[in-house]
Amino acid sequence: MKTTAAEPQPVIRLESLDKIYQTGAVAIHAVREVSLTVAAGEFVAVMGPSGSGKSTLMNLIGCLDRPSGGHYWLDGEEVGALSPSALSQVRNQQLGFVFQGFNLLSRTSALENVELPLLYSAHGHGRRELRRRSQAALERVGLTDRAAHPPSQLSGGQQQRVAIARALVNEPALLLADEPTGNLDTRTSIEIMAIFQKLNRKGMTILMVTHEPGIARYSRREILMRDGRVVSDQPVRERLEAVQELGRWQGVAMEEQA
Amino acid sequence: MKFSATWMIALRALRRNPMRTGLTMLGIIIGVGAVIAMVAIGTGAKAEVAASIEQMGQNMVMIISRAARSGRVHMGSDSGVALTRQDYDAIRQEISGLVGATPEVRVNAQVAYGNQNVNTTIYGVSEDYPAVRAWQFAQGEHFTQMEIRGAAKVAVVGQSVATNLFGGGNPVGQVVRIQSAPYVVVGVLRAKGGNRMGRDQDDLVLVPWTSAQVRLTGRTTFRVISVQAESAERIPDVVEQILALLRQRHNIREDQEDDVKIFNMQDMLEMATSTAQTMTILLGAIAGVSLLVGGIGIMNIMLVSVTERTREIGLRMAVGARAADILLQFLVEAVVLSVCGGVIGIGLGYGMARVVSEKFGWSTLVSLDSVLAAFLFSAIIGIFFGFYPARKAARLDPIEALRYE
Repeated sequence: MKTTAAEPQPVIRLESLDKIYQTGAVAIHAVREVSLTVAAGEFVAVMGPSGSGKSTLMNLIGCLDRPSGGHYWLDGEEVGALSPSALSQVRNQQLGFVFQGFNLLSRTSALENVELPLLYSAHGHGRRELRRRSQAALERVGLTDRAAHPPSQLSGGQQQRVAIARALVNEPALLLADEPTGNLDTRTSIEIMAIFQKLNRKGMTILMVTHEPGIARYSRREILMRDGRVVSDQPVRERLEAVQELGRWQGVAMEEQA
Repeated sequence: MKFSATWMIALRALRRNPMRTGLTMLGIIIGVGAVIAMVAIGTGAKAEVAASIEQMGQNMVMIISRAARSGRVHMGSDSGVALTRQDYDAIRQEISGLVGATPEVRVNAQVAYGNQNVNTTIYGVSEDYPAVRAWQFAQGEHFTQMEIRGAAKVAVVGQSVATNLFGGGNPVGQVVRIQSAPYVVVGVLRAKGGNRMGRDQDDLVLVPWTSAQVRLTGRTTFRVISVQAESAERIPDVVEQILALLRQRHNIREDQEDDVKIFNMQDMLEMATSTAQTMTILLGAIAGVSLLVGGIGIMNIMLVSVTERTREIGLRMAVGARAADILLQFLVEAVVLSVCGGVIGIGLGYGMARVVSEKFGWSTLVSLDSVLAAFLFSAIIGIFFGFYPARKAARLDPIEALRYE
């Protein structure tokens, strides 16, 4: 597939993607003929009840799982047919993951947590380059002052910000977030959304799975899944700006104090 | 991914849990330490036995006349009369492959110098005695063949006798009295120290065998003749020649037993060192079991660690680790544990060997071979016992692993 200046390459292009799990005699059709295109710079929220196939779709897009049928181009490259070790490099170079449970290494400083993807990169970086790049990533999420602290000394929101910095450190084409606010209180959730919106404004493509409609309203495009199919795909109306919402929260807190 | 990154990843993982890392290593440390120390004790004992036997004389063959029997009655160990002066001359002249021979006429007597006197053992010997019995001289020299032929009243004193009689003074040229007869001291032997049974080997006086027979015992036969073979290889041949010669000279019939016993140092050396060798193997094997247990400890901890770190493994895979990277990480962790444990264990084993040497006075020997073997073995243990857990980790499915609670 060729790129032209007029028509930029989509980051994700799915063509009737299928995923069937064989559990004993029963076949579970988790994802059915999903076709989807996400252009660079989009901020997409995938919604749906549990069992709708949104997590499976996320795993397929994240190259953690292979489709049973259909085609998947990531940043112009067909990845459905790649070997497991080539997929590892794709995950390392093109994708950044943010999880509900943060998944940070315990007893390891924020900085070293952020370095982790660099260690698995095929290029190999010098120690100083590792340090420089992970410090830059921590700066993007506003956590430079906590770089030396292990996760146990960080709040939930700070831990998720470290995880976001880790996802950003290899300059991926796509940021994948699986229920990024699932373990956080409302206020911290909005803080995380503020970071996502800031990154998105600077051009980062983000795909986020969530089951909270309030969180989806911070994205620009909302995809609803049910029974493995995409049932609706539309721009977000009444979009929320996280920075403004945070301002309102501050106001509420002040009223309560008064 | 670069190999150095694998090292960094594995070392960081070990550093995250210092307590567990230390305890896991402890198994290997104790195992390797025990092997090194036990083998050192065994090897040391072997070397000491060998050295003390060498001290009695190299390639030495002792011919001892059997105690005389009268019917079934044992006449006592001094009653042997088999070896005569003619036998001695015949041995010197007719046996090939000898470099020296000496009779040993032994008698306990009092030796006096001035107002000092000591009870010691007098040996009547030939001019070859120092060579055959591996003695060296601290002062003076041995008496000559001429002095032996003339039954001269000359003596060589052992270090203990020299110290007891003369204090710090030079005994050479002084006159001592042995059973009232004056002897001129011509030499002092260099000290050998105590032997393994604790007997003081330096408590002796040498005189010409002729003088001993004439002046001290009054006998004309020998109980012991010692000879020195040219080399260890010649010993069996020399023994055979001596036995044949003596049977012929003593008119022993075909169906009769030899009237002498032959001890040869080579056999004694082999017997003693093979005993020590068996002990070394036994000690090493027992210690080896503890090393094996240490290895199983590593596998156990690594297996627990893989289960406990399932989510971590899933995360590593999600951020780009290949199955091979995970395998290598866990393998390197296991090898680092076992090799570090091995190195510390070698140090510990060396220390234990030193303590045993100093506290119990046993001689120990930490050989380079055992150190290299222990090091290699601990690395192999790491790979062997680390592989299964590492493979288990590498085979995890990243999606399942990330979801693991």
